[in-house]
Amino acid sequence: MAAERTEISFSPGSALVCAEALYVRVNHDEILKGISLEARSGEILSIIGPAGAGKTTFLRCLNRMAELDPDLQISGSIWLDGQSIYDASVEVAILRRQVGTVFSVPIPLPMTIFENLVFGLELSGLPSNRHLQRVEAALRAAYLWEEVKDRLHEPARNLSGGQQQRLCLARTLTLEPKVLLLDEPTSGLDPISTAKIEEALQQLKSNLAVILVTNNVKQAARASDRTAFFLFGELIEFETTAQLYTNPRDRRTADYISGRFG
Amino acid sequence: MFDRTRLAGIFFQSLTAVACITIVAMMVIILGNILIHGIQRLSVGFLTKAPMAGMTSGGIFPAIFGTFALVLLMTIAVIPLGVATAVYMHEYAPKRSRMVHLVRLAIQNLAGVPAIVFGLFGLGFFIEFIGRGMDKAFFGGRLVYGQPAIIWAALTMALLTLPTVVVATEEALRAIPQSYREVAYSLGATRWQMIRRVVLPQAVGGILTGGILAISRGSGEVAPVMFTGAAYFLPELPTRLHNQFMELGYHVYVMTTQSPDVEATKPILYSTVLVLLMLTFLLNFTAIMIRARIRRRLRYGR
Repeated sequence: MAAERTEISFSPGSALVCAEALYVRVNHDEILKGISLEARSGEILSIIGPAGAGKTTFLRCLNRMAELDPDLQISGSIWLDGQSIYDASVEVAILRRQVGTVFSVPIPLPMTIFENLVFGLELSGLPSNRHLQRVEAALRAAYLWEEVKDRLHEPARNLSGGQQQRLCLARTLTLEPKVLLLDEPTSGLDPISTAKIEEALQQLKSNLAVILVTNNVKQAARASDRTAFFLFGELIEFETTAQLYTNPRDRRTADYISGRFG
Repeated sequence: MFDRTRLAGIFFQSLTAVACITIVAMMVIILGNILIHGIQRLSVGFLTKAPMAGMTSGGIFPAIFGTFALVLLMTIAVIPLGVATAVYMHEYAPKRSRMVHLVRLAIQNLAGVPAIVFGLFGLGFFIEFIGRGMDKAFFGGRLVYGQPAIIWAALTMALLTLPTVVVATEEALRAIPQSYREVAYSLGATRWQMIRRVVLPQAVGGILTGGILAISRGSGEVAPVMFTGAAYFLPELPTRLHNQFMELGYHVYVMTTQSPDVEATKPILYSTVLVLLMLTFLLNFTAIMIRARIRRRLRYGR
């Protein structure tokens, strides 16, 4: 794998994404109850917790996808490199290019592999003579280059599920984001595909802040540097992964990671 | 052997079979009758000549031409309007919007309005109001647009077929997975870019289906064009938007009711109906082929 080391060149410096007292309500239910959390480049932050804990909602706040649902009321603040992402001067489209997303199921758009990869680039207005270079760098970073370099103009749906998910990872990497959000990215994948994605994330984390939501407690343990445990919209514990797994402060954390929960 | 449940079963099975056979038989009788009688007079001359001698001889070319022109103009009017309406309702309007509810109600009711009412509306609104208004404003009161014309007939027909296009387009938009929209947004698309690059290409098949249905309906309707532009008989083809035109359906109606010599007109009438049917099938078929091609291209990503 060393030969495949990423040649992707992200903007240097450390990205920092930071949420402060984040509340999300639907009607009278609170989905997030005052979450404060920060992630920076150089680490993988994983968020664990049972279903309904608000993990996905939290991610969707970070790239302002949450506001697509008009029923959600969001309050609190989120900062990306010191700037509030809810500031009036922030263009949502540009923010979302900086905060890349990988969804829980691979969603290739109904186009060719190449068209998928340049989709965001075309929207960003990057001159098309630079597309190919970005595509190659992103595919290499997602450990997919060797598998698809000769079939870029095939429909993306011809790829296997694991390849499709790496394509989705590469697709968001073409935009050279500062933050990468992954919402249970390997939940439907086989162990080999999962390993490839985890490996890719380890390479990527030096350049961008990775936030990984996962249902798989073991994945968080082996892949992340720090772990946050969410429960019913609250942040119960936020520690280095080693600390949280070996010596959890809260009883509920201990119950959850040892599988004794609910 | 003779238990009642079994007898009842056989009875109802036969009943449903008879119902099916009846439908097929009607279809065969109608089409067969038209085909047998219609094919006799069908010739190249019939398709390329104008009616002669009070419609007792000659061809129907002006009516074929007029129908094509009408359907073309109608399609140009109804597709953009219908698609824009559906896109607004499905992609832009807020959920549970009262306005969308109202528009949807209006469209449903529009679909239930009898065709003849559309014809009268076209006469009153397009010709009397808009046409006359245009004449006053641009032509110094001279009669140009304030009379039956192909443009008014096409617009009236477009109103009639609008619900079909809106409903078909909305159906197509609804079928596009929400996740595609989210992916587009997550890659930095604005709403319009998302619609333009993901939603509309995916909806093309459905939009064309709506177009096909509109065309089938439009090429067969008589009532909306009777008062708004179709002519009894014209020596010349329409060349301007404010010209009148001949239309196949209306021509059938005229020949049936106004012919000076019924027996002489009859074979022509049959052939005209046959042409009308074939034309409708042809338009349908073309549109279906176009749709299939576009779908294939989309599925395989070109």
